[in-house]
Amino acid sequence: MKKESILFLFLGVFWGLMGVVYWFWSRDVTGAVMLAGSVFLGLIPGLYLYYWYRRSGYHLRAEDRPDASIEEGAGVIDAFPDNSIWPMIFAIGCMFGVLALVFGTWLAIPAIAFGLSAMIGFTAESRRGGNI
Amino acid sequence: MTDVIDRPVNLDSDDQGPVNPDHGHDHGHDHHGPSGLVKWMTSTDHKVIGISYTVTSLTMMIIGGAFAEIIRAQLVSPTSTLVSFAQYNELFTMHGSVMIYLFVGPFAFAGLANYLVPLQIGAPDMAFPRLNLLSYWLYLSGSLVMLSGFLTSGGAANFGWVGYAPLSNVTASPGSGADLWIVALMLTGFSAIFSGVNLVATIFYLRAPGMTLFRMPIFTWNMLITGILILLAFPILTGGLVMLYCDRHFGTHIFTVSGGGVPLLWQHIFWFWGHPEVYILALPMFGMVTEVFAVFSKKPIFGYRGMVFATISIGALSLGVWAHHMFTTGAVLLPFFSAMSLLIAVPTGIKMFNWIGTMWGGKVTYSTSMLMAMGFLFTFLVGGITGIYLASPPIDFFTHDTYFVVAHFHSVVMALVLGAMSAIFLWFPKMSGIMLNERLGKFQFWFLFIGTQVFTFPMYLVGLKGMPRRMAVYPNNPSWQSLNQWASVGALLIGISMVFFIVNALYSFKKRVPAGDNPWDAQTLEWYTSSPPPAHNFVSLPPIHSERPTWDYNHPDHLSLGHGDKEKAKAGS
Repeated sequence: MKKESILFLFLGVFWGLMGVVYWFWSRDVTGAVMLAGSVFLGLIPGLYLYYWYRRSGYHLRAEDRPDASIEEGAGVIDAFPDNSIWPMIFAIGCMFGVLALVFGTWLAIPAIAFGLSAMIGFTAESRRGGNI
Repeated sequence: MTDVIDRPVNLDSDDQGPVNPDHGHDHGHDHHGPSGLVKWMTSTDHKVIGISYTVTSLTMMIIGGAFAEIIRAQLVSPTSTLVSFAQYNELFTMHGSVMIYLFVGPFAFAGLANYLVPLQIGAPDMAFPRLNLLSYWLYLSGSLVMLSGFLTSGGAANFGWVGYAPLSNVTASPGSGADLWIVALMLTGFSAIFSGVNLVATIFYLRAPGMTLFRMPIFTWNMLITGILILLAFPILTGGLVMLYCDRHFGTHIFTVSGGGVPLLWQHIFWFWGHPEVYILALPMFGMVTEVFAVFSKKPIFGYRGMVFATISIGALSLGVWAHHMFTTGAVLLPFFSAMSLLIAVPTGIKMFNWIGTMWGGKVTYSTSMLMAMGFLFTFLVGGITGIYLASPPIDFFTHDTYFVVAHFHSVVMALVLGAMSAIFLWFPKMSGIMLNERLGKFQFWFLFIGTQVFTFPMYLVGLKGMPRRMAVYPNNPSWQSLNQWASVGALLIGISMVFFIVNALYSFKKRVPAGDNPWDAQTLEWYTSSPPPAHNFVSLPPIHSERPTWDYNHPDHLSLGHGDKEKAKAGS
């Protein structure tokens, strides 16, 4: 995780320096604020990754070590979900949601119906180990 | 059922016993999963989602391309009446919007990236498969919402793909077409953000043992930086769109002078997304052609680390160049943005140098994919150099809002189309298990490449003569007319090249020439598994000792050496 965190931290610091130069040179609030926000988007993930790297006792994972063999990664990677209809239902809900912004609030009814059922579906699916 | 996935075994180790794809946990149901429409709607497999994205975005390319052909047909004569002024405004707006938001972006950072990134790093899937599927459906619904603008009584959005305030306010652009454009971009914006999250998390957490950051294929590296740029840029666009919507309907005055707002703020917000977006579109294609050059030159990538650091520099600098689109507003700091824009040419130049270095002294095969990549190199050079001209404020003042700018970014995006086609020809065998026809592919290349140049060069010239962009009719000047006609001929050639592409795809699916696992003798991990790969990608993995594990596995006599190992090897011998 070390190099990953350095990547984000570098970007955050770089945008910070750029932002400081930009602010003192231009005094433009818009750009300076957007650059300041970008600094946080670099630093927060960077510090988060570094925090976990430190908490692991500066442990290098098998994927961080050039000399690692495939066997070292043996075991379970993770649980991956199977087919699921709910992402599509949720997206349809979102679509009705934005159409409600254009054509009238009555479209919020299908938006909420699709959105809520998708949320329930998602949750129940995760709890039972999920299937459509 | 949720799938619990074990690490693939090492084929070379003796103690693993026979390799059985169904060993251990219950993988079996994957092979009997839904097919056809239900699979498309429900599969969380990154390969299925990647293909869905690719096919949908290529369909959008055809739709946006059809708009372009109508625009070029209109401009053949100075006073053409093929379409009305209002229709013309809708056409160029939707041409730009469909191409940028619905074709190049999704193709680049969600189509091939979805398919290839997990394969290239030895992962079983993307980190968040259901989020990935949601991302696809948000993209598709956003696309349909945007295109449905044509069905409304006022027509589709007509204020240009940049939606500048105050033209995009409710007085200048009433009607639901404009609103549909805004809300569609909110949907596709979230879709892009989710893709970005998925890319970064996948690359950070799902790499195979030994696949260190500096052994990842350049394509994966570029997707990592693209993912980070997406996370920075897209929330700003979505935020800006919410403000625009509030201005139009809730009586706020964020972008309207009358209520104390600042129209220029929209340009700042839009381009703070818009310029990183250019690199969000370009970096994936850079990655794709890097792989193509290495594969068809039978060489490792020249200057691997230089490529990686160039990509990171482009990502870092891309946040400091947004206002070079706003030089003529007179309200931005010219020297800062000019210097930053010129600076970004340095890492791009390093990439150009390294691509040529990769081919230099290599055993170059002129396959369709390689020709497309070489076409990319030339066209991108033209687009890049004219970009350097435009980074200089005096030239920009002279050419701003003329066809010179249009020609510049069409050189860039047509280069990206060539890069995309190069990638399709390289990876189509992996995705489908069958080869695309090379002869038809070469016809496609020549039509596309020559068409692109015939299309863009007259636009540069007519721009220097002063023709403004976004005009349905123009002064009856013979030199303007002949240049426009040449550009239209180029557009027609590009259109014909796409017909070759569609015919090629249909022909190849009918002919079904089997590809095998590694038809190009390629180097990276995706070529190690079968074509198309099985559920969860890998039954076994080769040892990963360099940035080209498949090559090392297939050519043990010609191992690629890591950095520092060369000296050791020399000292040993």
